[in-house]
Amino acid sequence: MTSQARDPAELGPRPEAEVPAESCDYQPENPVEQFLRTDRMPHIWCPGCGIGTTVNSFARALLEAKLDLDRVAVVSGIGCTGRVAGYVRLDSFHTTHGRAIPFATGLKLANPNLTVVVYSGDGDLFAIGGNHIIHAARRNLDLKVICVNNFVYGMTGGQLAPTTPVGALTTTTPYGCYEPAFNLPALMDAAGAVYVARWTSFHVRQLTRAMVDIFRKKGFCFIEVLTPCPSLFQRKNRMGEGLDAMKYYKEKSKVRHGAPTSEVGLTIDGDIIVGKFVDRERPEFLDLLRSQLAAQLGDRYVEVEHLVCS
Amino acid sequence: MPHADPRGVLTGVHFMDGDHAACEGALAAGARFAAGYPITPSTEIVERFAARIPTVGGVFIQMEDELAASIAIAGAVWAGAKAFTVTSGPGFSLMMEHIGFAVMTETPCVFMNVQRGGPSTGLPTLPAQADMMQARWGSHGDYEIIALSPNSPQECFDLAVRAFNLAEEFRVPVMLMMDEVVGHMTEKVVIPPAEQIEIYPRRHTRLPPGQYKPYAPGPDLVPEMAHAGEGYRFHVTGLTHDERGYPSMNAAAQDRLVKRLKAKITRAADRLACYEEEGTEDADVVVISYGITSRVAQRAVEMARARGVRVGRLRLITVWPFPTRQIRALARRVKALVVPELNLGQIVLEVERAAAGQAETISVPHAGGSVHAPEQILDAIMEVAK
Amino acid sequence: MQLTEIRVAGFGGQGVMLSAHIIGKAAAVYQGAYATMTQSFGPEARGGAASAQVILSDKPILYPYVTRPDVLIAMSQEAYSRFLPELKPGGLLLVESDLVRVSDLPAGIRVHSIPATRLAEELGRRMVLNVVMVGFFGAITALLEPDALRKAVIDSVPPATRDLNVRAFEKGFEYGLNTLHGEHHAESEHPSLPLEAHD
Repeated sequence: MTSQARDPAELGPRPEAEVPAESCDYQPENPVEQFLRTDRMPHIWCPGCGIGTTVNSFARALLEAKLDLDRVAVVSGIGCTGRVAGYVRLDSFHTTHGRAIPFATGLKLANPNLTVVVYSGDGDLFAIGGNHIIHAARRNLDLKVICVNNFVYGMTGGQLAPTTPVGALTTTTPYGCYEPAFNLPALMDAAGAVYVARWTSFHVRQLTRAMVDIFRKKGFCFIEVLTPCPSLFQRKNRMGEGLDAMKYYKEKSKVRHGAPTSEVGLTIDGDIIVGKFVDRERPEFLDLLRSQLAAQLGDRYVEVEHLVCS
Repeated sequence: MPHADPRGVLTGVHFMDGDHAACEGALAAGARFAAGYPITPSTEIVERFAARIPTVGGVFIQMEDELAASIAIAGAVWAGAKAFTVTSGPGFSLMMEHIGFAVMTETPCVFMNVQRGGPSTGLPTLPAQADMMQARWGSHGDYEIIALSPNSPQECFDLAVRAFNLAEEFRVPVMLMMDEVVGHMTEKVVIPPAEQIEIYPRRHTRLPPGQYKPYAPGPDLVPEMAHAGEGYRFHVTGLTHDERGYPSMNAAAQDRLVKRLKAKITRAADRLACYEEEGTEDADVVVISYGITSRVAQRAVEMARARGVRVGRLRLITVWPFPTRQIRALARRVKALVVPELNLGQIVLEVERAAAGQAETISVPHAGGSVHAPEQILDAIMEVAK
Repeated sequence: MQLTEIRVAGFGGQGVMLSAHIIGKAAAVYQGAYATMTQSFGPEARGGAASAQVILSDKPILYPYVTRPDVLIAMSQEAYSRFLPELKPGGLLLVESDLVRVSDLPAGIRVHSIPATRLAEELGRRMVLNVVMVGFFGAITALLEPDALRKAVIDSVPPATRDLNVRAFEKGFEYGLNTLHGEHHAESEHPSLPLEAHD
């Protein structure tokens, strides 16, 4: 494990409320600021929250992957991470709770030229939206899913999530969580994702690299990013501030690329296995759709690249 | 207005059921994306779309549930497509949140509901008209939608085209409120040549990215759209938002946005009002109905006339927004309004409200599972005409 | 054409729906009349009993359902037993003679029968019995122009089976004409043997 990551507070999108959105002569100091809606700052995330850190990696990954930013769309659900769509200066959709994946499905199928990123939280993607994500992975639709996992429902004040480790305190498990948690990489692996990785907000460089990887890979790609929620999860469970979480991640993380996903489940104080677990090839949904229809219908099949109406 | 893309138009004279005709209407209107989840008695619409769309040019996807289907279409619309979903009963209940999302984000799209008996699983294969209030009020918050009610397979085609046109014009979800009888009955359906089908085009902005504000309303209170991938880098949210599309969560922003979303429809209510009226000029009694019930009501009206009653009929084609002004004017001239419907009294409440005591309002309820016997409606007419 | 209610009934796999569809289409598309066809749906419509209703008229059809059919086309014993009671007094009953044993017939019902399955088998495909039945219906009732029915047959079946279906239609039609001319004594041909199992 490298330890070159800086303090997340340094990396997060900082408040720049005075910068006008359309000002041409403003030269951003931070190279990632061009990816942000600076006219929407300050953001709503708490001090020490890891979501901003992941956005920083996302912006750097966009830069590094040299994507045409006019063709990148970000889709979020509801929750703290759901607000990412509102802060990135891209076509962005803040949809309904749990439904970022099916919205993204329609977006991608109607315009396959778009790079469609689904950026949302663990509760949004795996509790209320759990059915959608396993089906999108099964289809192997070309979506880039970034799941920020802070083990808790932040926006509503710290309730149980499908990822909350057994023993952890939340406002709806005041005597400790007794429900088994989802092992997200194992679930995505089983459902058919072609790329599955886990990093933490401590691993900003690895996370950036993983994001570049999925921008370049076709098919359903999934990155789980563990992030601290100092206001709720850390505090409730006496895990300290954001910085303490970074130290904790540094101490507990073990990089094991290619680890069997069945072995990467998380516990409240056990090791955090990080790395790229799955990187494989499966036929992508639209390719399957097109080849099936072309084979069955021959010349009668009308393949349309972009379903744009007049 | 421009004309339909001939690739989607199955011009000719057909013997076709209402579900298939609704699908052909969607194709003629330019719908090139549909997402659905199988549910009786609406499934034939997406089955036909799945069979037809590969040779027209577009995509059908069967989603994992109705929640998914009802927001996948919003995604497709923001990518540039005209899109719709189709459902019935329990599926319509699941779609409510995304009707609200489409209202709030001003996503033009069409929801087709082939109504069956409820509540819950109810009567999957048998008719009802019991989702009329749900179509209007089923999602949370204050809003207006447009709902159309066909009474024949021909109208399933015609009103499907109109539904898409209204969705585009007002940037609102439009409900095509069919019922099991209309959906499953087979009759002659004439599909005109493409050049005779007018299409309301997407209200796409002509402004360059720097000047475009996604939710700055035009003179008719409807903003112009951009699509993902065009360089506008816009933001869409279901949160209360300002003209830039940015979340703006305060009473003033709420007041501005929600009132505009309502007013863009209510201001056009007279133009949207669409109904068929016959024999009301000198009538003592007028039967007000919609959908399949209007055909049974017409038979009852003919029977009543044979018995010497001066009775007229008014068939609602646009049910929402409700033509309050028109019904109120009618109520001033007649003694009673008789409202048969395949529910225990939904649209009759609107009729009563519109009549405002000017005419007696009689409900002729039916719990669904069949249509009224004409005699049931006749009895109500004769009773009130005494 | 006066308003005429027709019910076609049999068991799943006989092509009951297609028979009704052809009759309705002939009237609505090829003869300038009105036709409304409805059918039963759902689990009860798979296998077992199948039934379709079609109403023909020269005026727009308001009430969508058949209540007292003028014509019942019965292609199974179950269909016969179930739907005979609703047949209008003085109505017309057309039956598949090898599959339906006519009994307890109320007075005034006209009945004609045809071994449609056997005739279809003579053409090489039992599955076209429904179109044989349509031809028979066309000749007996003379409600619709034969050419309208023929066009509706052609327009309703897969292209590869068009010739076969047209032959099936002609066969049934001819059998019907012969029946009317007294060459078949249909009423006396009901077998008293147990019904064969089909499908």
